[in-house]
Amino acid sequence: MMLKNLLSEKRAAILERWLDIILESYPADTSNFLRQQKNRFANPVGAAISQGINGLFEELLNGKSSDEISPFLDNVIRIRAVQDFTPSKAVSFIFLLKKVIREVLEKEISENRFSDELSALDADIDNMAMEAFDIYVKCREKLYDIKANEVRRMTFRLLQRANLICELSEQEQELIDIKNLNVKRKEVTK
Amino acid sequence: MAAKLQKPEELLKIDYNKPGNKDWMDTPVEFREGMFCWGAKGKDLKTLELPNARDWSPKEEDWKLPENWKDTILEALADRLSKYRSFRLFMDICVRCGACADKCHFFIGGGDPKNMPVLRAELMRSVYRKYHTTGGKIFGKTAGARELTLDVLKEWWYYFFQCTECRRCSVFCPYGIDTAEITMMGREFLNLLGLNTGWISGPVANCYMKGNHLGLEPHTIKSSIEFFLDDIETVTGIKIEPTFNRKGAEILFVTPSGDLFADPGTYTAMGYLMLFHELGLDYTWSTYASEGGNFGFFTSNEMAKRLNSKIYAEAKRLGVKWILGGECGHMWRVLSQYMDTWNGPADFLEVPKSPITGTVFDNAKSTKMVHVTEFTADLIKNGKLKLDPSRNDHLKVTYHDSCNTARGMGLLEEPRYVLKNVCNHFYEMPDNTIREQTFCCGSGTGLNASENMELRMRGGLPRANAVKHVRDQHGVNMLANICAIDRATLKASMEYWVPDVSVCGTHELVGNALVMKGEKERTQDLRMEPLPGKEGKE
Repeated sequence: MMLKNLLSEKRAAILERWLDIILESYPADTSNFLRQQKNRFANPVGAAISQGINGLFEELLNGKSSDEISPFLDNVIRIRAVQDFTPSKAVSFIFLLKKVIREVLEKEISENRFSDELSALDADIDNMAMEAFDIYVKCREKLYDIKANEVRRMTFRLLQRANLICELSEQEQELIDIKNLNVKRKEVTK
Repeated sequence: MAAKLQKPEELLKIDYNKPGNKDWMDTPVEFREGMFCWGAKGKDLKTLELPNARDWSPKEEDWKLPENWKDTILEALADRLSKYRSFRLFMDICVRCGACADKCHFFIGGGDPKNMPVLRAELMRSVYRKYHTTGGKIFGKTAGARELTLDVLKEWWYYFFQCTECRRCSVFCPYGIDTAEITMMGREFLNLLGLNTGWISGPVANCYMKGNHLGLEPHTIKSSIEFFLDDIETVTGIKIEPTFNRKGAEILFVTPSGDLFADPGTYTAMGYLMLFHELGLDYTWSTYASEGGNFGFFTSNEMAKRLNSKIYAEAKRLGVKWILGGECGHMWRVLSQYMDTWNGPADFLEVPKSPITGTVFDNAKSTKMVHVTEFTADLIKNGKLKLDPSRNDHLKVTYHDSCNTARGMGLLEEPRYVLKNVCNHFYEMPDNTIREQTFCCGSGTGLNASENMELRMRGGLPRANAVKHVRDQHGVNMLANICAIDRATLKASMEYWVPDVSVCGTHELVGNALVMKGEKERTQDLRMEPLPGKEGKE
């Protein structure tokens, strides 16, 4: 557990460097804004990244509380999935944590005291990156779902009127039946 | 806020491998899928008698421009500078202080520096300087000036269709520069070359030919509304019989056509129908003035005026006394700030007076058109409605101020007053995201197409982020608003960012809470979902 203690001790330096590296993936004007604006409603991206890396680092040190997807990772990836990044660039900041840790703990690691622990940590970071990839793909799929749903919403009433909607729940089917009955009644009374 | 001073050891850490940042003028525009809409269709441009009618695609290298395209733009630039003093002022006056830079939802959510309002405007100012200022003519790039080239034109197109004209940036400008007007001008110039988007010019052509964006013909409008009436009868047991194109009605009701077709706008339309029926209001729908919205406003001044003219024309034809308008955003910016000077004065109409409360709407003395939340708030204030807000107890509601109603006409209190009276659980989002500082839905000004979904999600993030906050804090599950475009686009934005929050119009909740004379015991809301405590009774 020596390495984790050390990571915990150097948390501030590691997170600062990790944040720097992530912000460098944005244009200079943007990264200044993302870093300096501290109000989380005026700067949701900066806030999600800072809170995200804090939370993720915590999960690495103490393990995640459940097998569920990390909300910190989801918040960051959900944003990067719609920004100007290729899929690899969108998730690459996770791998960069390895580099950051080796930079900050250069001396301690060169003394070769933690090789086993370091491999385990690297594996945890790799797992995090794979989870990030899963989230990324889900976000992109969601975008296509949303496009399809929008078209459905726009045409739903038309199809409903033409009675071309199928696979209804029992309740909905009853409603349509009542409506059809009403229409028939109207036709009869004409 | 003071910038953090770097320590000496930090200053020493110079990374010699990092490429220098290029000046924005040297950063060419890159068209990214998901960030732009498809080009206008030739047939729609032809219908509207707009120049250079042909099918074209922004993805192609060749935009099929007329040979003299550059002269056309430069002549139009000179013409508008002489015509509109505000435009010349906005070109000249900016000192690039940066107050607006981080206020745009597209910049905040996407991070592209050219979406900083100052820089987006600079795309046009640089051309203005080159052709209209001595410094720019002599010193060129050093003075922030540049030639109008094909690349510049394409850059204009890409970024002027990445601004929703929401005017949040203008709130923060110490000089009061209205950046939306720069975008409007940019789009007007682009339209002189046939460079609109299909998502805008299609609805404009529909509206010009058939009176509404969706191109609904009279019988379709009527049968759509009849469909709602059936639903209302199912929920309340009351049969409503509204009238269409009725001459001599006291009030003409105009609303965005989106509410007639797409959920959840349809439930808002049901709310209007129920309210007006309960009041016994002497009003009529029109199948001609069947569109409150105005996508012409996203095309050119002339086109907006042309589409708007039908509202007064129809009011005159039907001989109504005044006009009541439904829940819409940009519709109200047009009605409140432009209609009167474009197509007025409407001296054949009377100053609107509520027939129920006797309240005279002096604020609409000139336009003769009242917003439905003003009308309803007045009814509630005067105790004219019997309401049971517990019927909305399954909802924890927050309110999204639409950009145009909030910043364009100052309609801040009335919708809140209505909401607080029709539901028991209402929570505000953080102060810097509502009222005058409200964040755009991210898809206004005709950017609510599907092909630009990434752009929309980026732009929608700041609003969604505030919704997420009230969801986490208070369990908010319903985002109310008074705009048809919001109702359509926030739904998509919520689906991506805050999936468990639904979207509704304010009058949907009014319809739920309204206790109507002779109604049966309500077991369902307008979405036909069981009311709290009435599960299994329907």
